Formats: sequence, structure tokens, C-alpha cells
Amino acid sequence: MTQAQNTNHTEKLVKNSEFKERGPIGEVFRRLSKRVTAMMGLVIVVLFFISALLAPHLAPHDPYEHSLAHKLATPSWDYPLGRDELGRCILSRIIYGARISLLIGLIVISIGIFIGVPIGVVSAYYGGKVDFIVQRFVDTMLAFPGILLALLLIAILGVGLHNVMIAVGISTIPIYARLARSSVLAMKARQFVEAARSIGASNLRIILQHLIPNSLSPIIVQSTLHMATAILWAAGLGFLGLGVSPPTAEWGAMLNGGRLYIRVAYHVATFPGLMIFITVLGFNLLGDGLRDALDPRLKT
Amino acid sequence: MTGQYIIRRLLIMIPVLFGISLIIFTIVRVIPGDPAVVLAGPHATKDVVDQVRVQLGLDQHPVKQYLLFIGNIFKGDLGASNRTGLPVTKEIMARLPYTLLLALASILVATVFGVTAGIIAGVKQNSKFDYLSMLIALFGLSMPVFWLGLMLMLLFSIKLGWFPSVGAESFKHLVLPAITLGANSTAIIARMTRSSMLEVIRLDYIRTARAKGLSEKVVISRHALKNALIPVVTVIGLQTGTLLGGAVLTEIVFAWPGIGRLLVEAILSRDYPVVQGVVLVVATMFIFVNLIVDILYSYLDPRIRYH
Amino acid sequence: MNCPYGVRRESQKNMSLLQVRDLKTYFYTDAGVIKAVDRVSYDLKEGETLGLVGESGCGKSVGALSILRLIPNPPGKIVGGEAIFEGKDLLRISEDEIRQIRGNRIAMIFQEPMTSLNPVLTIGLQIAEALELHRGFDKKGARGEVARLLRMVGIPDAERRINDYPHQFSGGMCQRVMIAMGLSCNPKLLIADEPTTAVDVTIQAQLLEVIKELTSRLGTAVILITHNLGVVARHVNRMAVMYAGRMVEVGPSVEVYAHPRHPYTIGLLASVPRLDQPRKERLVPIDGQPPDLIHLPPGCPFLPRCSRRMERCSVEGPELREVGRDHMVSCWADID
Repeated sequence: MTQAQNTNHTEKLVKNSEFKERGPIGEVFRRLSKRVTAMMGLVIVVLFFISALLAPHLAPHDPYEHSLAHKLATPSWDYPLGRDELGRCILSRIIYGARISLLIGLIVISIGIFIGVPIGVVSAYYGGKVDFIVQRFVDTMLAFPGILLALLLIAILGVGLHNVMIAVGISTIPIYARLARSSVLAMKARQFVEAARSIGASNLRIILQHLIPNSLSPIIVQSTLHMATAILWAAGLGFLGLGVSPPTAEWGAMLNGGRLYIRVAYHVATFPGLMIFITVLGFNLLGDGLRDALDPRLKT
Repeated sequence: MTGQYIIRRLLIMIPVLFGISLIIFTIVRVIPGDPAVVLAGPHATKDVVDQVRVQLGLDQHPVKQYLLFIGNIFKGDLGASNRTGLPVTKEIMARLPYTLLLALASILVATVFGVTAGIIAGVKQNSKFDYLSMLIALFGLSMPVFWLGLMLMLLFSIKLGWFPSVGAESFKHLVLPAITLGANSTAIIARMTRSSMLEVIRLDYIRTARAKGLSEKVVISRHALKNALIPVVTVIGLQTGTLLGGAVLTEIVFAWPGIGRLLVEAILSRDYPVVQGVVLVVATMFIFVNLIVDILYSYLDPRIRYH
Repeated sequence: MNCPYGVRRESQKNMSLLQVRDLKTYFYTDAGVIKAVDRVSYDLKEGETLGLVGESGCGKSVGALSILRLIPNPPGKIVGGEAIFEGKDLLRISEDEIRQIRGNRIAMIFQEPMTSLNPVLTIGLQIAEALELHRGFDKKGARGEVARLLRMVGIPDAERRINDYPHQFSGGMCQRVMIAMGLSCNPKLLIADEPTTAVDVTIQAQLLEVIKELTSRLGTAVILITHNLGVVARHVNRMAVMYAGRMVEVGPSVEVYAHPRHPYTIGLLASVPRLDQPRKERLVPIDGQPPDLIHLPPGCPFLPRCSRRMERCSVEGPELREVGRDHMVSCWADID
């Protein structure tokens, strides 16, 4: 018995015994909860959703009510995170800001998935010329490193929240296309696709019923991690003054406003940034946990 | 044989370069309005607009326009900024060295810290160091660059006064921006190195090396490291490119006079010739960085060199 | 005849080189403890060839790797027993001492020749490493020795191939490189873990010939791990059969082959096509599933598949007992 066989055997034992008891969803949850960090991520993400959905009920003050007399006021009982350069309640603005970040995240991911995944699936499924052309297109888009493609798109579309979402969304398309392509390629050779084809299933049917559902788990993981990136990038664009127009409460724009006062009032820039950091960390923790839970290969 | 491999890589670059030039060429032509007006800028006189129209052949067939566009690129002529009136090439050349310096310093920081932490974490899996460094890496991954920059500035220049907060006059000015920009990449490189190390260390040939009686140090440094670093090199290359793009935010925070800041200024003032130029330069540099990575890759992995 | 050499060789042969006693190696997994090797004992004399046989998962590789302490920990752990080699207990000496023995006094070759060699280092370097470490060669001297070793294992054009990488060799050639590496320091013991399983059938015999010829020339003892009884019959002096981490039968291979005493050994032999006997109607496979090492039944582990079970078997597991000259079996039934 070699070690590899031994671990295989062990893995089989592990899998069998657990699947019998809990079923696949229970199994995912068990592995997820085994990692405390992943649970922490889940808690952060849930809090983020709650804050976004229930903002009007949670915010102690009106996020747009300003008072120049109290501008840059330091944290107090009434204003736990202090007031910004126009005397607005930073806590309330942060809570409302979650709505915009959530909206941006969801729209960006949707653009990426609904355009990127079909492109990748079609490219991999048909192969040949289609694949070649699509892949060169994807290569070209990926040749704009990091946030550059989004910046370029904003240069075309113009400044504004909608355009930020579209720009960041479009720049994630090639990533999803790549991901979907590679998981379909891996799947294409597998037997159930052959089987489906041999019983005369149409291409569309094979794609919709077999390929997409089966390449779902890497896409779920990627989407969770991408929520993090989307929020980061959108906040970055907001920080550059390319996003929302004032006075909308958006984390990146808040930071940009506070940046000028960093010497006299640290809290104005610190707390919105901390919020971005915690939220992004939450999605990253959850994404990492999901990857470990959904991908038995990486289990240690 | 290595030569053939490089040539093949160069050939693959051609369609991508073509694609980039096409995208950039298309930008000003999809923006609503007369491209000549767009390129000449919002404050240009009618004479200037007409001059731009003739210069770029904007009244001619699109294919001819594109050929002219490419021809100009090869001549090093990227047009003139409509804010300053200076040639775009000149504007970029004045700023590019700062961005390159910053990106290089950052990738150096990221490689040194990322690879070292990744190796130790991988070799000592599940140790305290492993948990701690991976937690820090996750923090680094989640940190908004611009916020990290502000916080470092708050602590090290405003409170402690160790480093200057803005500008680019001396080596001291480089420290905080380089750490800020490199933080994200450090995290990515550390995580990649660790997982690559963990994967390699389980492989058969590591067992063979141990069975030979080699010390753990030699097993790691001679047998595991080179294999584990192969995928890491790719990540470092990709990160170098990302840094060129990511420099935008850091440059704004620290008032660093690089091309990232130039780009943002250009976007905000609708200075399209400069936007075109900066994007073209950064994307092209990114592609060349990838080429260098591929060549390095073939040096590290003999299987690629010979096949 | 009064031949001093003959006498010496005879006395050498009777000296025990390796004594394994009650070796236990367990794997600690989420699902439970896997007793991969459980109270295994055997002796190996100088220059002798021992075949370690059993189906995959029976613990034969783990048992061999345990001797050199190459079990990945976690999840594996050697939890008991001793392995006396040249007067030292390999399981208790320091990490430095065991490294002195690995590759030097005891060498090992593995199942997958292609993946057992480092893809980014030249084969010359990989062989030279052991020479520099254990035999005090410098870089230059090692090169000549490497060429000699490669020629010895039958690699054509040896000098030129020193700088080649593993992927430039076929599987069979890679295994020859592994053999050269294994024998480079004239070890007293070579552990060959299914050395021919991953290569072409036609190459298998050649490789085994190379191992047999070189080890007998160098006086190296061999532990040959295999699930192929045909291999055992031709190449080993003694064989040890393992089942579910335990030793079920040990003895001279001729004896075990002719008079197997354990129902499992009998089953194994019946499931092998034999050329030396009239063709039977069909091969007889062993009934039942391979054992679940986490949930072993009390008593004899082979019980669920055994055709000769008795009441006693489910209560207490049998220990090895002598049934013939040098022939031991762990079974309650008296089978002749």
C-alpha cells in the first residue's frame, strides 16, 4: 500500500461515513463550522446585510443632516464615531453606506456571472475557432492590470455610481469567463456529458442541465471572494472621486472627504476605511472557508 | 530551444497588443460627440479642433484612421494633452520613472516578505507562525490600499514623524508608499507560496530526497523550493502588473508624482489623449512583464524549456 | 570442501540484519484511528531477499516506510515496536542518526519512478547528492561515479545523460536511475516498494533482473514489496504475507508456495494464474470486501472472508505460531 493509496482510502472512509450521516449540505456546514474563521466571516457578512437592509432603523441620526457648528466633532455618546467635515453623523453614514456597497457588490457580481459565465461555457463547449477568438478577447481584457480597465471604462462612460458599477462589473467578466471555461473543460471529458450526448440531448440542454450546475461550486467561491474585490474597487473609485456624487453616503467617498482632515480629525477617514476593511475581510474569510468546504481536494 | 520558446511567446503577444490598441483606438470614438472635439478638449478653439481632425485623419475612413493611429504610436507620437498642450509622450516620460520606482520597490517588499513568510508557514504547517502569518495575510488582502496608506501616514508621519507624509524627494519618501502598495501583493504572494509549498512537500520526490538521508534543510531548499516557486513566479509577475495599475490609489494618497495620478487627473478633466497614452503604456508594460515571467518560468521548469 | 569464502558467506547469511518486533504504525484521521501496521514482526538475514505480499491497503508499504521513519506525521505515527538494524533501534535513534542510515545503509526505491524523481533537477545531481553526503565525494569525483552507476544499471550513453532531466527518460529508465541512486552507497538493505507496478509488463522483468543481479553481486539484502505473487515466487528467498496491517504468514517462499497454511494465503495463491500447474477452469477470487481498517472486528481480521472460520476466531485473534521449519502462521485452524 502506498501512501497515496492509503490517504485515498482514508479519504473514502471519511467521506462515506460522513455523507451517510449528514448529507452533502450538512457536510459542507460541518466543515465550514470547523473553521472558526469562516464562521467569523459569515457573522460579518450577515451583519453587513442586516445593516444594509435595515439602515433606516439602525442609524441613530439622519445621514444627511449637517451642522457646520459641529463639524469634525470627535466621538461622543450621541455620535459614537464622531461627525464629518459637514457635521454629519459618521456612524449613520457608515450604516447607510453599507447599502451602496452591497448594491455595488451584487450588481458587479451579476454582470460578471451573467455575461462572463456564458461566454466561458460557450467558449469551452464549442472549442476550436470560437474558443480561440473568445480567449484572445479575454486575454486582451486581462492585459489591463487590476483597476486599470475599470478606470478606462469610467473615462469612457463618465463619472458616477452607475458607471462605477458597470465599469467594475465589466472588468470582472474575463475572470468569470476564464473560470467557467476551465471548469467546463475539465467536465467536458467526463462521462455524464458523453452519456447525455449519446441519448441525444441538445447542446443547450447539456450546457444548462449539466455543465453550468456542475461548475457552480468554484463560481460560488469566486463570487464570495469577488464581493470583496468589488467592494474594494468600488470604494477605491469612490475615493478617487469618480463614484457617487455628494452628498450620498458611500464609504470610499467618505474616506476621500476625511482624507483632507487627517491631521486634525483622524476619525473622519479612519472609521469608513475600517468598515471597508472589516466587510472585505468578512467576505474573504467566508470565501476561503467555502472553498475549503466545497473543494475536498484542498482539505487537510 | 529556449529561443524558440521565447519566439512563440512573442507571437502570442501580437493579437493581445492588437486588441489593446483597438480598444484604446475605439475609446474616443464611442464617446458621444465629435471625436475631434473630445480629443482637443472642452476648452479648445475651433482652429485647434480642426487641426486635430486633420492630424489624426478623423475625417477619413476608420481603417485608415486606425493605421494612422498605429503609425503614430510607433513614431512615439501619442498626441498632445489638451490641458497642458504638451506632447503626451513627454508628460508620461516625466512621470513614468516615479511609478516604476514605486512599483519596483513595492514588488521587492512583497517578494521578500511574502515568499519568506509563505515558505516558513508552509514548512511549519499549523504552527503559531503559520496561523499568525496567514491571518496577517488575510488582513493584507482585505485592506483598502488607500486606507492603509492614510493609516500609515497617520501613525508614522503625523504621530511619530519618522517619515514624510507626501512628496517624492528622497528615499524616505518612498518607504510608506512602497509598503502601502506592496501590502496586498505581500499577502497574495505569501498565501500562494504557502499553498504551493504544502502541495510540493507531499510529493513523491520529496520522500525520495528524505529517503536519501538529506537534512530537512537541504530537502526544503534544494528539492522543494524550486518546484514550489514555479507558480509563485507567475503570481509575482501578475502582481507587478497589478501594482502598475494599483499605483493609482497610492499615488493619490501620498501625492506621488507618477502616471497613476496623471491618469486620474486626466480622467477628471477629460484629457483623453493622456488617458489613451497612459493606458496604452501600462497595458504594454504589463504584457512585457508577463513575457519576462514566462521566460523565467522556462528557466525554472525544464519540462517547459524542452517541450 | 574447505573453502573459506564459502564459509564466510554462509555465516554471514545466518546473521540477522534487521529484526522488526511488534511494529505498530497508526494513522489518526477525522474518521478514526487506522491501524495501518499492527504488531508486525519479522527478521531479515544479511543478503536475503524478503517478499512482502498483500493486497493494497494491507500495510506493507507503511510498514517498510516506518523502518526509515518516512511516515508523514501527522496523520501517521509509529506508536510502538522496535526495528533493530546493525545493533541500533531505528525507531529510537536520533533524527541525525537515522539520516546517516537513510540512503546509506538502507536505501529505498518507490512505486512511481516518474514522480519519485525531482523534475527540476538533473538526474546526475540527484544521484550525486547521496554520494557527496554519505561517501564523501566532491562534485567532480561524484560525476565519474554517477556515470559508472548509470552504466551499471544499464542506461546507454551514461556520460551524456547525466545532465538530462527526469522527463527526458521513460518510466523504465527512471526506475533504473532510482535503482542506481538506491545502490550508490552500497547499502546493506534495499527496500523496493512495488518497483515494477507502474511500468510496462515487458520492462518489469528486466527491472527485477537488474535489482536481483546487482543486489546479489553487492550482497545487499532486499525487501521486495509487491502484490504480484509471480514476482515473489521467482525473486525472493522468503515471503511474508500481510492482511489488514498484520502478518498472517511468514516462511521460505518455496515452502509457503507449496504448503500455504493461512486461508488468506491459500486464497491469494488460488487467484494467481500459474504456469506450473494444469490450467484450472477458472481463477478463484477471494470472497468479500477488503477490510475496513477503522472498524476491524474483534478477533481475527480475516474472519468475515474466511472459509475456515471457527467459533474461537471471533473471540480472540490468533498470534503467529511455528508450523514448520522457519514457517509461521497466525491462524487457529490447522491447515496442511
